[in-house]
Amino acid sequence: MHPYPFTYHRPTSIDDALTMLGEFGDSGKLLAGGHSLLPVMKLRLAQPEHLIDISGLAGLSGVRLDGDVVGIGALTTHHQLATDAILETSAGLLPEIARVVGDQQVRNRGTFGGALAHADPAADYPAGVLALNAEIVARGPNGERTIPIDDFFVDFLTSALEPDEILTSIRIPALAANTGYRYEKLQNPASGYAIVGVAAVVTLTADGKISAARVGVTGAGDMAYRPQAVENALVGSTPNEDSVKAAAESAVDGIELLSDIHAPADYRARVTKNLVRRAVLKAVERAGV
Amino acid sequence: MTETVSITTTINGESRTAEVEPRTLLVHLLRDTFGMTGTHIGCETGQCGACTVQMNGGAVKSCMVLAAQADGHQIATIEGVAPKGTLHPMQQAFWEEHGLQCGYCTPGVIMSSLALLVENPDPSEAEIRHALEGNICRCTGYHNIVIAVREAAVRMARGDEATSIR
Ligand SMILES: Cc1cc2nc3c(=O)[nH]c(=O)nc-3n(C[C@H](O)[C@H](O)[C@H](O)COP(=O)(O)OP(=O)(O)OC[C@H]3O[C@@H](n4cnc5c(N)ncnc54)[C@H](O)[C@@H]3O)c2cc1C
Ligand code: FES
Ligand code: FES
Repeated sequence: MHPYPFTYHRPTSIDDALTMLGEFGDSGKLLAGGHSLLPVMKLRLAQPEHLIDISGLAGLSGVRLDGDVVGIGALTTHHQLATDAILETSAGLLPEIARVVGDQQVRNRGTFGGALAHADPAADYPAGVLALNAEIVARGPNGERTIPIDDFFVDFLTSALEPDEILTSIRIPALAANTGYRYEKLQNPASGYAIVGVAAVVTLTADGKISAARVGVTGAGDMAYRPQAVENALVGSTPNEDSVKAAAESAVDGIELLSDIHAPADYRARVTKNLVRRAVLKAVERAGV
Repeated sequence: MTETVSITTTINGESRTAEVEPRTLLVHLLRDTFGMTGTHIGCETGQCGACTVQMNGGAVKSCMVLAAQADGHQIATIEGVAPKGTLHPMQQAFWEEHGLQCGYCTPGVIMSSLALLVENPDPSEAEIRHALEGNICRCTGYHNIVIAVREAAVRMARGDEATSIR
């Protein structure tokens, strides 16, 4: 099963890649791990004339702690995320998610930046980066800009990246003290993607009240989102089974739910509420006050 | 678009070069260009794992990598796991524990399992099943595959050598 023919380019720097993107316009596409792009090209749903392979570019991979901020290079693979020591202590939610992305082989090739740029509504990371309040760093012809994660997922398979931009890194504030996290996923048994995935990050005060809560939901709608009514109900409360369950009831308010052969909309709604409840309760438990 | 890319890659320790069309997949480079048909093709869409090889030591699906992306990298295939006429302890364990029936998935399963044992020489049953999530087997029900990988871990830990085929 072959894609349509294309010309293959291997830029030697980010600037070089940006020049190519500018030159090829709509007929050029970046290639990172290829684990989303090659399947759509084989199915002939996309037929770029030029592939710009950035997978070998130096300096776009790895995890660095810079004060209170964790920087993750766009080309960092799922496997690297799953096993990184810095992430494990400062943003353990990401390794927890990376371990359930695809399978061993997918995790060795697929990249964090590629997964975010692709903005698949069933991908796992979008829930996590929303809950972690990440920032996306992108470079384009006019230099670098930072995109808050709340503005990043704009539609089905569409992010806020411009076609001539390269996502270079993701910045995540290191988790504060008394903060717990959890990723809950109902997995499609065939593809491994999320039918619904929920990430929660919860911070507790010394007397056990929720001082901050962020929740990210993937798989339920056209794009990942934060159920802000849930977050608002949680903040200020002293969490218990009943209060979290009540808060989770508004997890799909205002969302147009996906409905397909894997899960009709009403089922997705129930799964989403349940996973929100479980993820928040586990995050509270791990916040450990 | 008639241009080709030239590739130099190390396959099972040996440097190989080729000129291929850019859209050539690594699995076709191995099977069609180099005649190494031990690596199988099942789905060609990244689902089944029959085409699994190792790239720089990590298991990858060779239908999901462009041949051009293997340029400058190390590839290991089933042909290279043991010298000709011998079986690697992993292969021996699959034979003895009935870890295969039709054998279609087996080269891929073995390349994934060997990658697992490098990272984790003493995996639990759950860890073996997690590592083999990307390898579909239509015959065995996985039970004997898991037993075979456990057995191989024991044999490799005690330093068993490749055995000649009787
Ligand atoms: C069998 C299989 C199972 C999978 N299971 C899961 C799963 O369970 N959960 C999940 O979340 N994902 C899953 N995936 C998808 C996987 O995580 C992909 O690796 C990921 O979605 C894309 O990353 P990539 O590096 O492969 O990107 P590519 O396929 O190379 O690129 C994807 C898109 O992003 C663009 N792009 C890539 N890098 C950049 C960049 N730095 N800047 C701007 N644009 C860029 C490309 O132009 C392309 O449009 C699975 C994939 C396969 C094949
Ligand atoms: S043939 Fe490559 S995964 Fe099925
Ligand atoms: S032995 Fe037949 S597919 Fe695995």
